[in-house]
Amino acid sequence: MTATLDLRDVVVLADGRPLFAPVSLTVAPGAVATVLGPSGIGKSSLLAWIGGHLAPPLAGAGHVLLDGRDVTALPAEARRIGVLFQDAALFPHLSVGGNLAFGLAADVRGRTARRAAVAAALERIGLPDAADRDPATLSGGERLRVALMRTLLSAPRAVLLDEPFAALDPATRDRIRAMTLRHLREDKIPALMVTHDAGDAAAAGGAVVRLAPPDQPSA
Amino acid sequence: MGAARRALSAAALTAVAALVLAPVLAGLAVTLAMSAGHLPALGLSGPDAGPWLRLGAQPGLAQAVALTLWTGGAAAALSLALAFAAAPALHGSRAARLLAPLIGAPHAALAVGFAFLVAPWGWLARLFSPWATGWDVPPDWPTVNDPLGLALIAGLVLKEAPFLTFVLLAALAQRPVARDLAAARALGYGPRAAWRLAVLPACWPAVRLPVMIVLAYALSAVDPALILGPTLPPTLPVLTLRWFAAGETAMVLPGAAAAVAQALLVAAAILGFLGAERLWRARLAAQAARGDRGRPGRPGRGAALVVALPAAGAFAALALWSVAGRWPFPAALPATWSAEAWGGGQGLWRAAAATAGIGALSVALALALAILWLQLAGPLARAAEAAMALPLIVPPTAFAFGLAVALLRIGLDPGWPAVVAGHLAFVFPYVLIVLAGPWRAFDPALLRAAAAVGAGPVRRLAAVRLPVMLRPLCTAAAVGFAVSASQYLPTLTLGGGRVRTLTTEAVALASGGDRRVAAAFGLLAAALPVAVYLTAQALPGAVWRNRRALRGSP
Repeated sequence: MTATLDLRDVVVLADGRPLFAPVSLTVAPGAVATVLGPSGIGKSSLLAWIGGHLAPPLAGAGHVLLDGRDVTALPAEARRIGVLFQDAALFPHLSVGGNLAFGLAADVRGRTARRAAVAAALERIGLPDAADRDPATLSGGERLRVALMRTLLSAPRAVLLDEPFAALDPATRDRIRAMTLRHLREDKIPALMVTHDAGDAAAAGGAVVRLAPPDQPSA
Repeated sequence: MGAARRALSAAALTAVAALVLAPVLAGLAVTLAMSAGHLPALGLSGPDAGPWLRLGAQPGLAQAVALTLWTGGAAAALSLALAFAAAPALHGSRAARLLAPLIGAPHAALAVGFAFLVAPWGWLARLFSPWATGWDVPPDWPTVNDPLGLALIAGLVLKEAPFLTFVLLAALAQRPVARDLAAARALGYGPRAAWRLAVLPACWPAVRLPVMIVLAYALSAVDPALILGPTLPPTLPVLTLRWFAAGETAMVLPGAAAAVAQALLVAAAILGFLGAERLWRARLAAQAARGDRGRPGRPGRGAALVVALPAAGAFAALALWSVAGRWPFPAALPATWSAEAWGGGQGLWRAAAATAGIGALSVALALALAILWLQLAGPLARAAEAAMALPLIVPPTAFAFGLAVALLRIGLDPGWPAVVAGHLAFVFPYVLIVLAGPWRAFDPALLRAAAAVGAGPVRRLAAVRLPVMLRPLCTAAAVGFAVSASQYLPTLTLGGGRVRTLTTEAVALASGGDRRVAAAFGLLAAALPVAVYLTAQALPGAVWRNRRALRGSP
């Protein structure tokens, strides 16, 4: 199910002007590439465009390929590109288990099978008894683990990480980051992470792209 | 907080609650007593089942009850469905700002305008005649006062759908909508399913109470039902009003029983709503648990037009008729124009002054009491705040007549002081709802900084908090004014028929009388709260033109 993520000459445009020099990059299954850059240069907008979420007045140009297939023209929900947000973005009206089931792909059918899949996912992130909990009662690290598993259960072909660890305290941060990277590797999913933190890039161990102003090449 | 302070706070909150709720509670108690056959003024003392037996024997009662449930339930359900359907398209758009005037206009004014739009002789028929319909005289169609109450339902939806849409948009503004949409779409849900399953349900807690208020109002409304509703029989609130207004002592006690029955009807409907809510949530949860991505597609834009266009048409019809001279059917526009209806021959400007005066007084009182309430609010206050919404749920017929009787008993004459006290019961909860959020979100560091330079509690309130909160205070005042201006039955009964506001006059003139004058009253009744609202929106920007942080966005 996994694929290689390819970016070809990708830029984000504000009023038709590029925010940074075009980015081209290939991420292999299980690898985690990192995008670094000063704040305001458009790192998060780059991820939003790749996922299909970028809203006017911003626009993007270039191509996103999954296993050689161009998904640039597809709507977000058809791309099968998961996103991990900094604040986890759990839905407040659903329980923890409800959030996971919301993500779980619809082709897992039958109540028993779906419950089992959710229970197994909670087991994997060390929260075996959390299915009925209110997401608002979780700690920041727990929320992020649930969000990670919600994304993985949707069987994404690639995952985007939008500074997901920035709000965590340093000790939790290392642990959650290690867990996230391990799961992405285990599931052989290519991932692209945006971060301020050089430690994140080092832990990811993949290619590093520094976004540069449009007159200098991104490297 | 010390024990003394806590006791003081509890005492003050109780005093405010008693003052605000007194008219409603006293009216309810007297109505209840009358329904049990107790009315010392007529030498009657209960308990006695007679009033209920006589009520049960009234012809058309069952039909009136059925009509009330049908029109109220359908109007509330339709308004909610339209609000849910319209919110995605309106979220973040400038068009949403145009909803505010629709919400500020009294129901009665909108109902008059809607009647002028869809009546057989109305503007719609004129626009399409004779070229499309072949009509040279108005058709004999019951497009208003129809026996099924469809015109009443439409008239209620006209006002309540924009209101619920506004509430929903305000709740959406507090949520990270773009992020939630992206999260759901990244999991494979199309925009429509993402709104339905992820974004809108997260706003539901903020919408519940307003939906219950709309349901209670739609079941109990008197003025729209008088203008647009069925007549043989009418809805229960209109029937109750007829019995009380007939002046026949024989019908007063059964009327009280009908008023109590109205309250029970509302209670039953709210229970029904809570049951429907559970079913709806279970269905949504089940769909989310199945991971059912639904059909692809975007939320439509049509509902936004349905929410806004008919009300805009009603306003246009009022405006046209108020300046019409001769206007023979089926001309699309008046043959001659005339400003006569605005001349004030029917007491137009006096009614406007009364509306403004009563509104200003009840808003000033409500603001002062709400500030006192929030300033003293301990942990008790939040629970008590829910109780303050009681007047918004209790049907006006269930306490207004009883209150008039109670006033007579203690020797108070009906008149504008009684009207202001009655309006306060409705204005205060809205003012409190609008102010409570910004009050609690107020940056405590500002108050600490003030205290640190020696400012006492009074100076912290007057010199720091209130100036910084100018915008929410203005919004609360505008909302409160609109609530006061729209009151019909409390104004009628507590004013003893002598306090004439634009709303009471518009309703009186709508049935019979000069259409041009009725249109002028209706339009001014709608325009006055809107003017107050626009002023309230402009004021903070003008006062704080050199303070960017306080200007806010209008």
